[in-house]
Amino acid sequence: MATSVLMPQMGESITEGTIVRWVKKVGDRVDRDEPLFEISTDKVDAEIPSPAAGVLTEIRAKEGETVEVNHVVAVIGDAKAAAAPVPSPAAPAPAEAKEPAAAPVPEPQAPSADDLRRQKSSPVVRRIAAEHGVDIAQIEGSGAGGRVTKQDILGFMETKPSAEAAPPAPAAPPAARLARDEVVPMTVMRRRIAEHMIASRRTSAHVHSVFEIDFSRVSKLRDAKKAEYERAGAKLTYLPFIVKAVVAGLRAVPVVNTSVDGNNVIYHKDINIGIAVALDWGLIVPVVKQADELSLLGLSRVMQDLADRARSKHLKPEEVQGGTFTITNPGVFGALLGMAIISQPQVAILGIGAIEKRVVVVDDAIAIRPMAYLTLGYDHRLIDGSVADQFMSVVKKQIETFDPAAL
Amino acid sequence: MKPLDVRRLGRVPYQDALALQRVLVEDRRAGRVGDVLLLLEHPHVITLGTRTDSARSNVLATPARLAELGVDLCDTGRGGDVTYHGPGQLVAYPILDLKPDRADVYNYVRNLEQVMIAASRTFGVEAGRIEGLTGAWVGGSKIGAIGVRISRWISSHGFAYNVNTDLDYFNLIVPCGITDHGVTSLARELGHTVDLAAVEDAAVDAFRQLIQSS
Repeated sequence: MATSVLMPQMGESITEGTIVRWVKKVGDRVDRDEPLFEISTDKVDAEIPSPAAGVLTEIRAKEGETVEVNHVVAVIGDAKAAAAPVPSPAAPAPAEAKEPAAAPVPEPQAPSADDLRRQKSSPVVRRIAAEHGVDIAQIEGSGAGGRVTKQDILGFMETKPSAEAAPPAPAAPPAARLARDEVVPMTVMRRRIAEHMIASRRTSAHVHSVFEIDFSRVSKLRDAKKAEYERAGAKLTYLPFIVKAVVAGLRAVPVVNTSVDGNNVIYHKDINIGIAVALDWGLIVPVVKQADELSLLGLSRVMQDLADRARSKHLKPEEVQGGTFTITNPGVFGALLGMAIISQPQVAILGIGAIEKRVVVVDDAIAIRPMAYLTLGYDHRLIDGSVADQFMSVVKKQIETFDPAAL
Repeated sequence: MKPLDVRRLGRVPYQDALALQRVLVEDRRAGRVGDVLLLLEHPHVITLGTRTDSARSNVLATPARLAELGVDLCDTGRGGDVTYHGPGQLVAYPILDLKPDRADVYNYVRNLEQVMIAASRTFGVEAGRIEGLTGAWVGGSKIGAIGVRISRWISSHGFAYNVNTDLDYFNLIVPCGITDHGVTSLARELGHTVDLAAVEDAAVDAFRQLIQSS
């Protein structure tokens, strides 16, 4: 199977790298871990080993070219297979970055013709397309195998009236500037968030489903165990209880723990739960890996550690990658409902509203109970309403009848 | 804190130090050695980073003039552009396995800067950073330069910190290809030379605090 070679992430705040030198040429055999190319960021040059053994079938970024992190820079084919270039997914699923090695990403089996053409264009062409809102799939490619060349796209833009080449969504009108305005450029993090949110809105058919959940039982368990946890050096909040319930829900309704890849659904065996952490300067989502294997105490510790290090900027790149489901907790800021946007390429996100005492009817009597609205944002391409509600019913039941044995 | 083997090597020709680093990088990768910090001086030498095309044009003196002055010209495997090394300059080459908890080149470079800033402070010189320009700076002048190579998260090369450096030698090059900033040294800032061993001690302390514990 062919393997995509990605621009590795050399640091949390590093978003791109420049290819300094290709150690191997197209057609060269390469062993796993053998130096493949060299990149440079800041005053650092790094030698990047090959993620797989095989034959270097394609180089997508030339020497001197600057490429965004996690973009495909080359393809390594099976040593036995023909040296035909193989397309890769447009947005490769974030791979685990244990090594600075370019992370291998399995290639999809049957890409569409449009995908083929889009993928076969160079990063320069893709950049021009993105800047001018041009859909590469509409351009007739004159390059090898239908590849759209720089000339093709420039020619296309010249012949097309600019109105047609404009992005599908009407551009926002320029903001009116008032005399006393201050103009502040967006930070890199802000731009990433902006791009990601817009891209997610365009990608997924967002639907939200709200459940009201009674936290009486969890509240009692928490009060009973809080001191004990504190002696063990952990802070017991509501969140690990909710994570436990989500894990049960994901096990019961596995389609919620998936990603969409073209016309395929990828079912994740790992349950990796991203927890959104608000920062003074933005937002970051560290991931609790294999959350289903952690005890309540383990979850408390891991989440506390991730949140602390997110705030002190000490997260490792791999700790914000590989999530399969996300939880966000705007309730801590007082929000009743968290109608969140899905973190791509996941298909669902849970928003936790404020947990507060409310008047409710219990057995035809009026009672005071700690209640909260939990909102599942889900991708209707994959998940229908009844399935989402099935998932939420499991979460609700788990929380309302939480098993003390899990403590 | 991870153990750190500090080796003070005295004056070492550039090519010898390069060869030693190659061996240590392999040894570190194979786990035959732990983290190592090489501290040394080089005889007069002008070194070129991997972006050699532009680097060569930043050497201002002719090869004949360099030979006359006894200055070598060497290619390196590190990042960065052209720089000068010579007696009185503290050169630090950390050979570290940055995996798993220090695998962030941005943070690593900032920490190297901080080591030089902290060493400067020990001797009463206020050094700092200039946004977008790697290195340690006093006012608008560079007191320490950085060039790093990473291979499977094993670091090599490092920083060159001007303690008693004869700054006239920098006139042979455009340091790091930056044309509108000068260079300085600890001795120039203080008006007297400083014991290199004492600066090494300060750098090792800062290094242990910032890099070995992070």
